Amino acid sequence: MPAQASGVLLSGNHAVSTAVLLARPDVIPVYPITPQTPILERITELHSEGRLKTELLTPESEHSAMAACISASATGARVFTATSSQGLLLMHELLHFASGARTSIVMCNVNRTPAAPWGFWPDQTDSLAQRDTGWIQVYSESPQESLDGVLQLFRVAESARIPAMISHDAFYVSHALEPVDVPAQDIVDAFLPPFKPEFCLDNELGASFCAPNDQQSWRSSRVDLDAAMARVPELMREAGRLWGELTGRSYDLIERYRMEGASVVLVTMGSMSGTVREAVDAMRAQGIEAGMLKVRLFRPLPAAALRAALAGVPCAIVLDRNYSPGTGGVLHQELKSALFGMKNAPRVHGVLAGVGGVNVSPAGIRGLVAEHRDRAPQPAPVWME
Amino acid sequence: MENIDYEDNGFFHSGHVACAGCSEPVAVRVILNAIGEDAIGVVSPSCSAMICGGFPMSTVKVPMFHTTLESAAASASGVKRALIARKKPETTVFCFVGDGGTYDIGLQALSSAAERNEDILYICFDNEGYMNTGGQKSSSTPLGAATGSTPSGKTTRKKNVIEMLAAHRIPYVATASPSHLNDLRAKIDKAKRIRGTKVIIVLIPCLPGWGVADDGAVRTARKAVDAGVFPLFEIEDGVSYRINAGRKDASERIEGYLEEQQRYRHLDARQVAELQAEIDFQWDRLRQRAAAPERGGLTGARAGEPPSCAGPSAGSVPAGAAAVPGAARGCGPRPG
Repeated sequence: MPAQASGVLLSGNHAVSTAVLLARPDVIPVYPITPQTPILERITELHSEGRLKTELLTPESEHSAMAACISASATGARVFTATSSQGLLLMHELLHFASGARTSIVMCNVNRTPAAPWGFWPDQTDSLAQRDTGWIQVYSESPQESLDGVLQLFRVAESARIPAMISHDAFYVSHALEPVDVPAQDIVDAFLPPFKPEFCLDNELGASFCAPNDQQSWRSSRVDLDAAMARVPELMREAGRLWGELTGRSYDLIERYRMEGASVVLVTMGSMSGTVREAVDAMRAQGIEAGMLKVRLFRPLPAAALRAALAGVPCAIVLDRNYSPGTGGVLHQELKSALFGMKNAPRVHGVLAGVGGVNVSPAGIRGLVAEHRDRAPQPAPVWME
Repeated sequence: MENIDYEDNGFFHSGHVACAGCSEPVAVRVILNAIGEDAIGVVSPSCSAMICGGFPMSTVKVPMFHTTLESAAASASGVKRALIARKKPETTVFCFVGDGGTYDIGLQALSSAAERNEDILYICFDNEGYMNTGGQKSSSTPLGAATGSTPSGKTTRKKNVIEMLAAHRIPYVATASPSHLNDLRAKIDKAKRIRGTKVIIVLIPCLPGWGVADDGAVRTARKAVDAGVFPLFEIEDGVSYRINAGRKDASERIEGYLEEQQRYRHLDARQVAELQAEIDFQWDRLRQRAAAPERGGLTGARAGEPPSCAGPSAGSVPAGAAAVPGAARGCGPRPG
């Protein structure tokens, strides 16, 4: 394994700020919101100390922050921002614009309940509601994954010219301290070359961007975006492999945990994965053939990987820390669509678990498995107590 | 009649889709030629966006970034900061925005850019309503004017966005008109040399929206200036006013300006008198401000300079370039 810096005790948010320092972004427009603020404050601190050389903008809203991100990226700059919940929702119009303009912005979103009522708790509805905006979406389970993920997403977003969002759960990841391996700058520089887009806003080129289109050329813009999206899974795999060679930590689109011979597989994203891992260990110790499938890449949805992972598994239970009124859990719906028509697909149960940041314990997860494993899936949303 | 004194270097081309007789392309031509080739523009949805051209054509030689209706100032900030990061700090970044994108939905982003004193040249083509969507009221629509959403005439005043911008104490705010093109060109030349946020509001009579004859655009704009409805003036550092053109004497009335337009046709004599009183008030107030001692009588720190508690320039100010006041501004405690 190559030489590395030793572990540092970092929160998820400070792990992200550390990744930002290592990525050498040119422009950072950012607006504060709980529980994202430690990312912003660490970035502004590094900037004022002169360690992070970047153009820092602090506009009046997330909307303007994203607007500045888009045009800065279109002008050939490496761009980072961070937000959460209401801030992400305020950006919604511009999230579509960012992918349509084929920018390469990287954003960290701290998953937090959307109002009303007001709340500050871990819940992934904010970012899952952005699934149709054309952003790459990755969910992180830990500070280490957040640090590694930010750096990998810069590489992928700049290759595909698609903006990328990494989300981690409020407090469980954003504020929890864990030992994090911080790679040396030369390792990051080898992994992430400077951003040199093929074309950008440049008065030597003279080309205008995003002007009104006719129907055919507008459609073509989405056909092109679709082709670029189709490249993302392989770009993500390549980035995860290369990162593994450089740091010893490789990543895939999904993570399988104790899935060999599993009769029931729990499917989830983000910080819930750690709790599920404990529950799986406990069940295995009791002789229950349980496993876990963690979805890391959510957009584009890695349908082929999900199908391969769940082929022949009798029962899958999706734990959704989000709620889409009228359908239920978003990951549940997405997984069902990915598995549709598969001959040896599992029965897919969906459980709304931990919505609003309610604690989900390993014992509670074991109870869900006992309750649902041998039953037919319910068509209506199932709420965990 | 005055000769238009500018050199056309081919920065704006024919083939645009402005209405026949519209004066905005004339203003755009003068502005783009004054700005020159080392420039990048940001344009929000408006008549300007259509005039600049739909994909894959462009009437404008310099690159334009088409952004969302409310984001022009924020987008221009992003372009400017990216250029600074790419070691091209001298490139002029300008905006073409309508009054809807300035007085209404884009005011928040503009105020924030002005507060940060971003180094951008923001040009608002003010046709006093949402004219590109068929002619609805904006907060720039004047008292009494009929629009698609105020069919009986607007019952409230035009927002005084110029005073609001001056209150930010940005280095330069000005008004301009297609009837005074030399004045417009001189203002662009001046603004180009200033670092920080510059805003120029150009009155553009809307032929269909205001009900102006096809040959009446420039005449109507001139009458707006002469009647004191839209005087041409500059405000430096938010305090130093200078009137360039306006009402020649107190006997100048607004009727000649109103008669050019159908949007005021429903007004009775009492309403015209109310409108006249409003114009009288605004003109007198402007003259008082222009007559005030230099810098509004302020004796403290020079208005255009950042407060003395601003720290050493951190990163944002390119070496060899004049300081961007906004980059070093801010007196709060260090974070962390």
